[in-house]
Amino acid sequence: MSTADAPPPAQGRADVVPALPSGLTAAIATLAGQYAQPRAACVEALKCVQQHFGCVDDARLRALASLLGMSAEELDGVATYYNLIYRRPVGRHVIHLCDSVSCWLRGEEQLCAQLEQRLGIRLGETTADRRFTLLPIVCLGYCDHAPALMIDQTLHGDVQATALDPLLEHFP
Amino acid sequence: MPAERPLTRNIRIGEEPLDLAGYERAGGYQAVRKALRGMTSQEVVQAVSDSTLRGRGGAGFPTGRKWSFVPQRAEAPVTYLVVNADEMEPGTFKDRLLLEGDPHQMIEGIILSAYAIGAQYAYIFLRGEYLLAAQRLKHAVNQAREHGYLGEHILGSPFSLTVHVHTSAGRYMCGEETALLSGLEGFRALPRAKPPYPQVAGLWGHPTVVNNVETLCNVPHIIERGADWFRQLALGKDGGTKIYGASGQVSRPGAWELPMGTSLRELLEEHAGGMQAGRTLRALLPGGASTRFLTAEHLDVAMDFSSVQAAGSRLGTGTMIVIDDRTCPIALLRNVEHFFAQESCGWCTPCRDGLPWVEQLLAAIEDGTGEERDLEVLAMHTHFLGPGKTFCAHAPGAMEPLESGLKIFREDFDRHIREHRCPWKGVH
Repeated sequence: MSTADAPPPAQGRADVVPALPSGLTAAIATLAGQYAQPRAACVEALKCVQQHFGCVDDARLRALASLLGMSAEELDGVATYYNLIYRRPVGRHVIHLCDSVSCWLRGEEQLCAQLEQRLGIRLGETTADRRFTLLPIVCLGYCDHAPALMIDQTLHGDVQATALDPLLEHFP
Repeated sequence: MPAERPLTRNIRIGEEPLDLAGYERAGGYQAVRKALRGMTSQEVVQAVSDSTLRGRGGAGFPTGRKWSFVPQRAEAPVTYLVVNADEMEPGTFKDRLLLEGDPHQMIEGIILSAYAIGAQYAYIFLRGEYLLAAQRLKHAVNQAREHGYLGEHILGSPFSLTVHVHTSAGRYMCGEETALLSGLEGFRALPRAKPPYPQVAGLWGHPTVVNNVETLCNVPHIIERGADWFRQLALGKDGGTKIYGASGQVSRPGAWELPMGTSLRELLEEHAGGMQAGRTLRALLPGGASTRFLTAEHLDVAMDFSSVQAAGSRLGTGTMIVIDDRTCPIALLRNVEHFFAQESCGWCTPCRDGLPWVEQLLAAIEDGTGEERDLEVLAMHTHFLGPGKTFCAHAPGAMEPLESGLKIFREDFDRHIREHRCPWKGVH
């Protein structure tokens, strides 16, 4: 990413870990009940934290680890393993452009170039107005509609490099 | 008489899937009634063995045989069934079709298979990107539970089953069954040493069977109509139908349920509509990115496990990636090996260090800075990252397209090296 936005420093003592909101911890407790051990809920829980805060920063990672009975390092090892967990701040919307072989065969490189030009950023970066982060992703399983991309929770196929504006305008 | 399409008979693209009532009206959950009221677990296993159903996730292992490795109930008080719905093999989109299109079929397959192996708990391990499938599956699980098809004493039988939908967060390695279990347990999803196999010691150390989505969706039909019926759907000795697919430079990318053993020619020319206008077939990967290339000389090969193997490749997922004569094959191999290098879990040295090296060499060759000896190094990798030399099958899978590509694209490799450039640059 072009800029690393650190979260604002916690008020008061430096070693106090900000707790997660009670609604979130309740949701995570429910999830944990589906498994023989609470730590098995960590991937779903990371996604819940991310849904709430936009990404998983160090402070929230530590709080979640504590909640699930894992070390922060272990949870970081899990969080950094996955393509869809963001350990750094992202824009309001994340565009995941599939760069695997079927999309590559159907014009992904040209689509990527158009997106980069249109947004004024390279892959891995966030626009200056923090509206979009552009990231590559591996096969989305939408190969019969290549080239494909995901924006936030929505999947888009048969994306035309020349018709990006109507697509992007849905994401303010 | 038109061919039977049991897996996709309820599926209408672009429409809502059948809800529980609709699924029942269409004949659904009859197999569950038949099994729970009139068959033993062992009889269900036998029916699936007799059907010759082989795993549809890529490996083609006989399903009945996999189930037979689970210890008897008395020795295994806790047993798990896990559905591998982490479909991420490049070029593969058939499980998505089944999960979004007929979630109750998936659940019925789970109930029967769990009954067969004596599992009381089942997890659907679903890739995180399949958001619509997650929504539809969770809804269907809730409906099934409300109507007594899941939970305690299903249909008044001694059999109880709890199903949870677990969504992942994007990592190809989770498709490897032991890495999947590590991920499901909440660890970094690295594969595990085998033996012990999951059927003996899997999820939280308990006997666990991991099966692919398409594999399990066949089970209700096998139980309802019988093993003989299933075998007769096919054209060869591997029974049933298969959801085949095609992507890449064909006219009509898509997925189609057809008799197992349908020819490559029929798939490519009839269903996929042949190559896009003005393009000629160069090669194709028959079963996803981790299979060896086939070419025009293989068009009459039957797309079943043994025939594709005899032709020098693998059926894999049965969804093919088709390449034309205007695509630089070195650039294609670079894209494919970039995927494998990026998705390596990093645990074992040959994979962690070898795959990025392979990618770098292919990039150099593509960009015109490659040398003759780079081909020797690539060939060396196909040996040292081959089966038996790595901790799991990821790197060996990555070597399949490379090994066959080094042979069939030899002239293209030589031209890039000799001419110090990509001859395909600017060709569209």
